[in-house]
Amino acid sequence: MEPNSKQKFIISKKIDEFFIDIYKVFSFISRFFKEAFSPPFEFQEIIKQCYEVGYKSLVLISLTGFITGLVFTKQSRPSLSSFGASSWLPSLVSIAIVRAMAPLITALITAGKVGSHMGAELGSMKVTEQIDAMEVSATNPFKFLVVTRVLAITLMLPILVMYFGFIGMMGSFMNVHANELTSYTAFFKEAFSSISFLDIFSSVLKSIVFGFTVGIAGCYQGYNAQYGTVGVGKAANTAVVVAMFLIFIEEMIIVQFVNAIR
Amino acid sequence: MKNGVKIDRNNRVIFVKDLEKSFGELNVLSGLNMDLFKGENLVVMGRSGSGKSVLIKVISGLLKPDKGVVNVLGQEVDKISTEELQALRLKIGFSFQSSALYDSMTVRENLEFPLVRNLKNIKSKEVDKAIEEVLENVDLPQTINQLPSELSGGQKKRIGIARTLILKPEIMLYDEPTAGLDPITSVEINNLINEVQQKYNTSSLIITHDLTCAKLTGDRVAMIVDGNFLTQGSFDDVFNTNDERIRGFYNYNFINDNTNKKLNNFK
Repeated sequence: MEPNSKQKFIISKKIDEFFIDIYKVFSFISRFFKEAFSPPFEFQEIIKQCYEVGYKSLVLISLTGFITGLVFTKQSRPSLSSFGASSWLPSLVSIAIVRAMAPLITALITAGKVGSHMGAELGSMKVTEQIDAMEVSATNPFKFLVVTRVLAITLMLPILVMYFGFIGMMGSFMNVHANELTSYTAFFKEAFSSISFLDIFSSVLKSIVFGFTVGIAGCYQGYNAQYGTVGVGKAANTAVVVAMFLIFIEEMIIVQFVNAIR
Repeated sequence: MKNGVKIDRNNRVIFVKDLEKSFGELNVLSGLNMDLFKGENLVVMGRSGSGKSVLIKVISGLLKPDKGVVNVLGQEVDKISTEELQALRLKIGFSFQSSALYDSMTVRENLEFPLVRNLKNIKSKEVDKAIEEVLENVDLPQTINQLPSELSGGQKKRIGIARTLILKPEIMLYDEPTAGLDPITSVEINNLINEVQQKYNTSSLIITHDLTCAKLTGDRVAMIVDGNFLTQGSFDDVFNTNDERIRGFYNYNFINDNTNKKLNNFK
């Protein structure tokens, strides 16, 4: 059935809105870079935000990292044991955690915890005119609220990813030690022997890109929130959904790029 | 002269000419002209959606005008650079309808924020002194360590005004200063607006639909209808009219006042 003129109008309007949104996001990102590299720099606020993003996520990251390492090892053992290769467990786990699981899981957890918090916090500030109040008191709210938060999460995510990796390996070690009585030294010697510089590099690169994505998605949604409390909820929700979606897309692109140069 | 403050009719601190502002197909302001003189309290009244808040936001540079001239303290707000606008904003205080206090900060931090960010070399003793002084002026020194969520509506309004006063502005912009407050607290806020005019020698633009507020604080009242000033003058001049659009406004408030009186008698 051919769409009627009203349906055509709605489709055309949706396409217009999509491209306008894309333009707004790129304007937001270009403003971020412009403001981030021009003085005055908000060092004190960046440190405060690093504490909020990094330190306050440690418990969650510790728990999920430990469980991921432990469960992944436990699930992988039967397959490797069936052809007598359970001694490869440390190598398998270290490669899986460093290359893929640590950056991906940490980024997803951070998108849920920090991205939604940013969306809701900035969204509520926007709808209650706190951002306007900041602007009329001669403070640049974009620099103070957005630049500091995006920089903080971009700086902290690589650290959280390394921490996740370490805790994940500890979880794996506990399982291996309980089953094979492997020593701490032997486990980590075997684990690190399989990891190359490129693995570490790709992990750090991913975490920087993911951190930036979570920060921009959260701040963009919050900073542009509308329509009262409904808008705040929508901003928080969209921040998480968009960040998670983009993280998977970026993961796919970076893996292709790293494999090409491997 | 009202409240003992001399109005300098030769010194316009705000000058608006042929101001137009639309949102999509909705014309909010259409060719509005306005003056605010040094030392004057100008009250702008009008129905909800008549463009009062848009006017105040255009004057403070939060919104850009589509057409017209908006001149504040000799500078056109939509034509100056971001740095110049920031410098100009130090001379303008904006009291928001919602108070717009920073939720995550205590009253002290709210008051400290504009001060330490704009006066880089200020010493901590000077900051403490300024905070104490401004809290004394709004009569709320006991709230210094409280969070905004622990304050009443009237206290929030007062702290919002205190936050703007800490930079000692030349112009005060009040957006619905008595909205959502009980009559007694409203009178207290009206008195505070007059005290601010006297102590800080400010010129004020007060946006409201509260007749009591207009009567108590305004040296001059302007009635905005369909995006333009229908009439302006003293409170009595404005409301001594047969224009239904103004009479209706007055009668509505009159009915409300009578209803309140009846309710009070009933109690």
